[in-house]
Amino acid sequence: MDRRHLLSIKDLDKEDITLILDTAEGFRDVLKRDIKKVPALRGKTVVNLFFEPSTRTRTSFEVAAKRLSTDVINFSVPTSSVVKGESLIDTAKTIQSLGADFVVVRHSSSGASHLLSRQMDASIINAGDGINEHPTQALLDAFTIREKKGILKGLKVAIVGDILHSRVAKSNIPCLRKLGAEVRLIGPPTLIPDGFREEGIEVFHSMEEGIEDVDVIMMLRIQLERQDRGFFPTVDEYFRLWGLTTERLSLAKEDAIVMHPGPMNRGVEIDSAVADSPSSVILEQVTNGIAVRMAVLYLLGGRG
Amino acid sequence: MKILIKNGHIVDPSQEIDAPGDIVIENGKIKEIILETSPGRVPAPGLDIQSFTVIDASGFHVFPGLVDMHVHLREPGFEYKETIKTGTRAAVHGGFTSVCCMPNTNPVNDNETVTEFILRKAYADGACYVFPIGAITKGQKGEELAEMGMMAEAGCVAFSDDGRPVMSSLVMRRALEYSRRFDLPIISHAEDEDLSSGGVMNEGRVSLQLGLRGIPSEAEVVMIKRDIELAKLTGGRLHIAHVSTAGGVRAVREAKKEGLPVTAETCPHYFTLTEDAVKGYRTEAKVNPPLRTTGDIEAIREGLVDGTIDVIATDHAPHHRDEKLCEFDRAAFGISGLETALPLSLSLVREGVLTLSDIARKMSLNPSTILGLGKGSLKTGSDADITILDLKKGWKVEPERFLSKGKNTPFEGFVLEGLPVITICKGQVYEREDR
Repeated sequence: MDRRHLLSIKDLDKEDITLILDTAEGFRDVLKRDIKKVPALRGKTVVNLFFEPSTRTRTSFEVAAKRLSTDVINFSVPTSSVVKGESLIDTAKTIQSLGADFVVVRHSSSGASHLLSRQMDASIINAGDGINEHPTQALLDAFTIREKKGILKGLKVAIVGDILHSRVAKSNIPCLRKLGAEVRLIGPPTLIPDGFREEGIEVFHSMEEGIEDVDVIMMLRIQLERQDRGFFPTVDEYFRLWGLTTERLSLAKEDAIVMHPGPMNRGVEIDSAVADSPSSVILEQVTNGIAVRMAVLYLLGGRG
Repeated sequence: MKILIKNGHIVDPSQEIDAPGDIVIENGKIKEIILETSPGRVPAPGLDIQSFTVIDASGFHVFPGLVDMHVHLREPGFEYKETIKTGTRAAVHGGFTSVCCMPNTNPVNDNETVTEFILRKAYADGACYVFPIGAITKGQKGEELAEMGMMAEAGCVAFSDDGRPVMSSLVMRRALEYSRRFDLPIISHAEDEDLSSGGVMNEGRVSLQLGLRGIPSEAEVVMIKRDIELAKLTGGRLHIAHVSTAGGVRAVREAKKEGLPVTAETCPHYFTLTEDAVKGYRTEAKVNPPLRTTGDIEAIREGLVDGTIDVIATDHAPHHRDEKLCEFDRAAFGISGLETALPLSLSLVREGVLTLSDIARKMSLNPSTILGLGKGSLKTGSDADITILDLKKGWKVEPERFLSKGKNTPFEGFVLEGLPVITICKGQVYEREDR
């Protein structure tokens, strides 16, 4: 793949995405072996630079990097000098000087990884920037759907919840559409920006109407800390109107799959009965995340 | 000192002059204008040409010195961004001979002591005239009125909490009422902070693409409409700062139709750039109000043409490079505008939107009239504040050559036409090194 960074799904075309997913398939097989490690990137250094707390994404990248035989360094906020008021660029340059080949960045500001990509020689991988994008999550979601459904083209995929603040949705929407899926958004009018309709995406405010006949239901985490900002009245009402229950799930296609990027709020956006049902592929998403991130590191590292 | 500006094309809307001629300056004042058509042309009878410094303005246009009613000079308190000394030099470099500085300094200019400090500094260090604008409320907190009367006596020419809105309608009502005593305008930074709630760019297509929090147009329009209603209620003079939206232009147009005491300004970036300039998370294009859409640009241009928008101001907002070289969310709002405003405005003349006379009105006469500065005119007896333009001079925007400390501009690399080659102010003749 002829690029150095993975900042946004918008920078990728269908062929790039397919190449990543195909490559991830190979790594997925590696992960099923007894010895789960390959020497592909031996001698390279991956730095996980996380300015926001994250367990699953950081761990997933760490495992992926280790399976490729790289050295992994974790830089996280409470232990780094960021709390002392060091600027993002100074932190980045310090890490650069430590000899990082890849920097995996999570930051609360949209565009933070774009800024770093202009300031550093290392490959930057966006692991979530503000309310903008989380490209590897979208790639692993596409991988999981492809694994379950064979092909994405023509599939009806409903993304449900807080679209406005969800970087997962912001990456999934272009990714799924590039692969030919038909994306629809479901949620309260306060949490779905009008701009999506203008792009020709169907928007539903009724869960029942939106979920009808879909192949994939992608639930988003409701960030409880945003609750006080008044996007919806109460969590109880949210669950009543947009929570994914067994009854609502029955409106979708019979073989519909349920996805969630985690961590779940059981009883807020998703009922436990659904989360733990055979339709749920939530734990497979986690495993696939490692394979997809291995593919991304491998392809970015393979340039030149 | 005696100066003779020869053979320039004089543009002075205060006297309806738009014709070739000479200007005679004595003791820092305009002595007379001798038009090419006037009888007894230069050397005028009794003019001892030997004793004059002669400026040959052939091929150039001669304007009354430009007046910028909206700048941030940052002193006191933020001298690392700009000082009165550097800001006024940047002003003169950009063709301005008078600037009005906003009160969001530290301490805030909300009392006569700070006003006097600014005026003293400006007298000593200022390359051009400086007219302070006092805060509407103490500490610009939007709660209690500042000592407007004392500040007016000390030399403030208007009141504004610029940078922040007066969110309380009651406080704004009182301000508009109280200011009538001094016949000075209240300048509204029209932004409903609840609606803009943490936004960093225009809300719309591009904010969605970039995942940046948006500020809807309505945050401005709602506030302009509120303030117009309050101006109607109180009879206080209202000036709307930095209009950026089509809705804002419409609201001001309606208010003027009703005969309300409302005036308005816009800035060059609002009729030049759209929200697209932000793409790539370019913090140089982060400004408040934010850059909007093509439709807004068109509406603002129409507003300039039909007189809805009286003034082109810069909202010169210099910042340190570190305040722009950071995450978009954290970057400071603002554009260093003094040294690009005139060439950008002249683009409107080349595009046939405005005439040179319009430019002289909106960048000199009108702001002076609104604030009662006694500037903006080449009438006999006026201060000899003069800006001489070379309309044909091509010029590439290179921020490192700005005299302002603030190099923050989204116009870097733009190739513009028209430069203020000579500026005369406070008895000094400044000639641009790159003329």
